[in-house]
Amino acid sequence: MALLSVHNLSQSFGGLQALTDFNMEIGGYDLVGLIGPNGAGKTTVFNLVSGFYTPTRGAIVFNGKPTRGMKPHEVTALGLARTFQNIRLWNDLSVLDNIRIAQYHRLGYGFLDAVLRTARYARAEKNVDRKCRDILDMMDLTEFVEELPKNLPYGLQRRVELARALSTKPRLLLLDEPAAGLNALDVDGLIHLIRWIYNEFKISIWMIEHQMKVVMTLCQRLMVMDFGKTIADGAPGEIQNNPDVIAAYLGDGAV
Amino acid sequence: MQRYSINILFVAGAVCLVLAAQAGMLDNYVLTVLMFMGINVIFATSLGLVNGYMGEFSCGHAGFMCVGAYVGSLLSVACFTTNKLFGAPLLSPESAPFLFPLVLLAAGLAAALFGLLVALPSFHTRGDYLAIITIAANYIIISIVENIDFIGGPRGFSGMKRTMNAMNGVLEIPWMLIWVLVVTFASILILHRLVTSTYGKGVPAVCQNEIAAEIMGVDTNRVKTMAFMVSSGLAGVSGALYAHVYGYVNAQAFNILKSTEGMVMVYLGGMGSLSGVIMAAIAFTLLVEGLRFALPALDGLLHNLNLLPASYEVSQVWKWVLIPLCLVLLMQFRPEGLLGNRELSHYFPRLRRFFTLK
Repeated sequence: MALLSVHNLSQSFGGLQALTDFNMEIGGYDLVGLIGPNGAGKTTVFNLVSGFYTPTRGAIVFNGKPTRGMKPHEVTALGLARTFQNIRLWNDLSVLDNIRIAQYHRLGYGFLDAVLRTARYARAEKNVDRKCRDILDMMDLTEFVEELPKNLPYGLQRRVELARALSTKPRLLLLDEPAAGLNALDVDGLIHLIRWIYNEFKISIWMIEHQMKVVMTLCQRLMVMDFGKTIADGAPGEIQNNPDVIAAYLGDGAV
Repeated sequence: MQRYSINILFVAGAVCLVLAAQAGMLDNYVLTVLMFMGINVIFATSLGLVNGYMGEFSCGHAGFMCVGAYVGSLLSVACFTTNKLFGAPLLSPESAPFLFPLVLLAAGLAAALFGLLVALPSFHTRGDYLAIITIAANYIIISIVENIDFIGGPRGFSGMKRTMNAMNGVLEIPWMLIWVLVVTFASILILHRLVTSTYGKGVPAVCQNEIAAEIMGVDTNRVKTMAFMVSSGLAGVSGALYAHVYGYVNAQAFNILKSTEGMVMVYLGGMGSLSGVIMAAIAFTLLVEGLRFALPALDGLLHNLNLLPASYEVSQVWKWVLIPLCLVLLMQFRPEGLLGNRELSHYFPRLRRFFTLK
């Protein structure tokens, strides 16, 4: 069974039809790309899947459960994590705290445990600490644990955001333009990192990306959107020569 | 042992204070100031959870103090004293010293429930709009209390001194000082443990980026409910203590001016700094009390130097010019407050070696 299946998803904002009949299936270990010109509705898809918007029409089934009407934190608890186009870290909390808080939904203790410092609290915090250290270590961030994200260079902030998403223990990771704002060298590093995450964590990754180099090297499958509709879906090689895609990116005259 | 150094220091200090009070070394005025210091610390640090750590702008914190003050007073008067309202005591007056903590707890719980008045709207709105709602909540609470004639309405409510007498009847020790010290320490501990736990870190996460918090698995509505209820609950407990220290409560004592005092202490100490707000609450209490002596002294000095006409007196009203002026200067030169969003140990790392609170 597919990990995520999206059926006839549509979303309109007032009079604007941002997304029309979007269909999609992702298995338990896929690396899929989503591309399209600006305003095509890519981030809308992510916002719908992560529960940030409730779709006007259509169904989303994630991890065997229909997620329509769920709040984002409930979808996260099912195993979905994402990063943002413009980095959204907690800038005045340390890197370590950023990673810690991402384990909030599986803390397993409440207010009284925290205040009375019960055995359950001690166990849970020990667990959280260990997982944080593992993730920071794996993501090469250990030397920055005490830093505030706002003091880190942009590329590192991206890495912290990725680490934070992984800290929620996802089965599907949505990346919204992970290469935005990175220089050529950083982009190579990012490609390497995403491939490493894919191999190491054995999770599905679905990414929106404008830099062709990134999607072409990484993705097994590519979807192209334009004006809220899917115009192509297939292997990267096929997409490159698809006339509709070329028209969407370069205009009709180019064909 | 060293992990609990602050805990031990506080307990030792508290025991010394109680012994000194028992031996009659502290006069009533000093005792009262000490107790108000503790009450202000609870009031300000609890507000700090919402205005500092959560970054909301609650301007009606005194309203919750009012709920706690009235609920605590009514309960203690009804349970432990003979009075016009309820007649004979419901429980034996001898039980007062043992059951008084339960009265405080009930006052806190009642105030926490009223905290929902602000917590529920906070799901949908924040910032300036929520600030307006908190002011409204403050007024709603005061108006409710003022319009219940049964509990004295605008005349206020008294009789708590008899509860004190009941406690003193069991054992003659400075009970109120003990309660204030115990509760102050307990609430500092609650807040400290909360904000240092991963569970409590949800609060600054909501403050700094609510969208990210929600998407990273933090149930933001639950965090807000928790923060508002803990904050208003502790304010309620401080209100109950206040009512018993004074022996008299009046709804107007908890109007927007009192809420403002709380905000002054929080912004003076630093938003998101527990140690900063504690220091600010102590300093603020001392400042207010100090002006009580400083203003007449200044008045005398200026008259002696013939700088002021004999008809003009520098009265206590000037307090409410000087304190807001402090706030203006603070916002101008150190808008983040004394300690900003860091704790004292951040500025003096060596302290951490010897002093830790658990």
